[in-house]
Amino acid sequence: MVGGPIAGVDPVAILAGRMGDTALVLGHRISEWCGLAPALEEDIALANTALDLIGQAKLWLDLAGAREGLGRDADGLAYLRDAWDFRNLLLVERPNGDFGDTILRQALFDGWHVQLLAGLRDSRDEQVAAIAAKASKEAAYHWQRSRETVIALGDGTEESHARMQAALVRAWPFVGEMFESDETDAALSSAGIAPAPATLSTSVMGAFEEMLAEATLRAPEVSRWQTGGRSGRMHTEHLGHMLSTMQWLQRAYPGCDW
Amino acid sequence: MYAQMVKSTGRGVKSPEEMTPEERAFQARIDADEKIEPRDWMPDGYRKNLIRQIGQHAHSEIVGQLPEGNWITRAPTLERKMILLAKVQDEAGHGLYLYAAAETLGVSRDAMTEDLLSGRMKYSSIFNYPTLTWADMGAVGWLVDGAAIMNQVPLQRTSYGPYARAMVRICKEESFHQRQGFDIMMKMAQGSPAQKRMAQDALNRFWYPSLMMFGPSDATSVHSAQSMAWRIKINSNDELRQKFVDQTVPQAEYLGLTVPDDGLAWNAEKGGYDFTEPDWEEFFAVLKGDGPCNAERLQARQKAWDDGAWVREGLLAHGRKRRAAGIAAQ
Ligand SMILES: [Fe+2]
Ligand SMILES: [Fe+2]
Repeated sequence: MVGGPIAGVDPVAILAGRMGDTALVLGHRISEWCGLAPALEEDIALANTALDLIGQAKLWLDLAGAREGLGRDADGLAYLRDAWDFRNLLLVERPNGDFGDTILRQALFDGWHVQLLAGLRDSRDEQVAAIAAKASKEAAYHWQRSRETVIALGDGTEESHARMQAALVRAWPFVGEMFESDETDAALSSAGIAPAPATLSTSVMGAFEEMLAEATLRAPEVSRWQTGGRSGRMHTEHLGHMLSTMQWLQRAYPGCDW
Repeated sequence: MYAQMVKSTGRGVKSPEEMTPEERAFQARIDADEKIEPRDWMPDGYRKNLIRQIGQHAHSEIVGQLPEGNWITRAPTLERKMILLAKVQDEAGHGLYLYAAAETLGVSRDAMTEDLLSGRMKYSSIFNYPTLTWADMGAVGWLVDGAAIMNQVPLQRTSYGPYARAMVRICKEESFHQRQGFDIMMKMAQGSPAQKRMAQDALNRFWYPSLMMFGPSDATSVHSAQSMAWRIKINSNDELRQKFVDQTVPQAEYLGLTVPDDGLAWNAEKGGYDFTEPDWEEFFAVLKGDGPCNAERLQARQKAWDDGAWVREGLLAHGRKRRAAGIAAQ
């Protein structure tokens, strides 16, 4: 099983599972926009982001499967696990909402993702470093685009500003999870495989502050962060519905070659 | 085709004697295989016909995202999901190239979008059919993109420069679309009994709608002659339909699937298949708005357009502020 610090499990399997699940769930969410975006250019950009993320998910989940050693590949992990075994950030499983919710969620994810990948590029685990190197080029481009779009819409019209502010209030409570650590994170960072999540906080939060200031948006006060997706302690009710769509064919016609 | 029923504005083809000197010179350039460019003089009818044709084609690419988008979230493997996403993303890109080509004729993308949503402009009838199973992703790529290629390859030589160049870019991507569709069909046709049934059912449902893509028979198509003289249409509808059937029937045999036409027979004399014509009454009904998915397709586009208004306005407003700040700083 991927996720949850379990004695005897290679922590890289857990790390790759968390990375893969987060990329997969967000990639899937964005793919739901196909054909429905506010403009053709956005449609193309969203599809591009979804494609990159699902490609990354495949790499991470294949690695997770290989390290876990139970004979599961990326498809096995993506299509045949139930919600409680997913280890993605809660932020990314939230429904798309309006375009403001989607692009703000994207920027919060991207801003964290680029910093995390920068750390993972120096991983002592060669396979982790290789995937991170590939993914970080894509992530840098996504971050540039989502950041600029958040700034433009925050600054744009009265309506676009109000919508972005409302989206920020909804999404912000999910940011804290990015910096939360457990025993697996501690083991990974002391082995030089991954940066400790808390060490990313200063640079990521700094990048968010800069973006929000330019966008003329204000992050709300949060008394308690919504967490638990990465550790497997908690999910939103939305994830199960997403999976029942995503996994439907594999579940309805088991064992087929597609 | 993606532009199935382009109503021409002219009253048939003029003879050289009936033409003005400008029209004669224009026709001579076309006959000499020269490309017409946006700044060149062109007859009003040529411009209007082209806008309708390119517009219909662009709208088809955009509306065409919907039936396949319907399965992206349910694709059975990560790889299939990525291939389908890439394919549908291509179609959005095709729409973009084509709107840009139409804009060189003096009509904006927003104006064309409004015309699509109000029903003044059409899109291909094929996208008003539902995609019910995963095998439909195979059938659409194999048959619909296959039919599109048949029409678009000759259009690379069309007389209007920007349109011809857009077609060159589009055609490069279309063969990948057809291949991925055929590949899905192959997997299904060689798969479990349920998968085979799905594949056959998809062929059954998409065969005649695909034949309709080429438009009504030449005998009843009043608009073709002028378009052909202007080289904005290269082959006749029947010619392309025949070519499509001749290419597709052996592929269906290879897959072990049955083309749903009892009248299908090889005709050695003409060197092609005899086949049953699609139900043209259905075709005209679907074109008019009475197909199985017309209402949903337009609703989906309308909703995307309406819901996206604040985003488009926000981006424009920000751009204006940026430019103003840039000018003030100078
Ligand atoms: Fe296309
Ligand atoms: Fe295509």
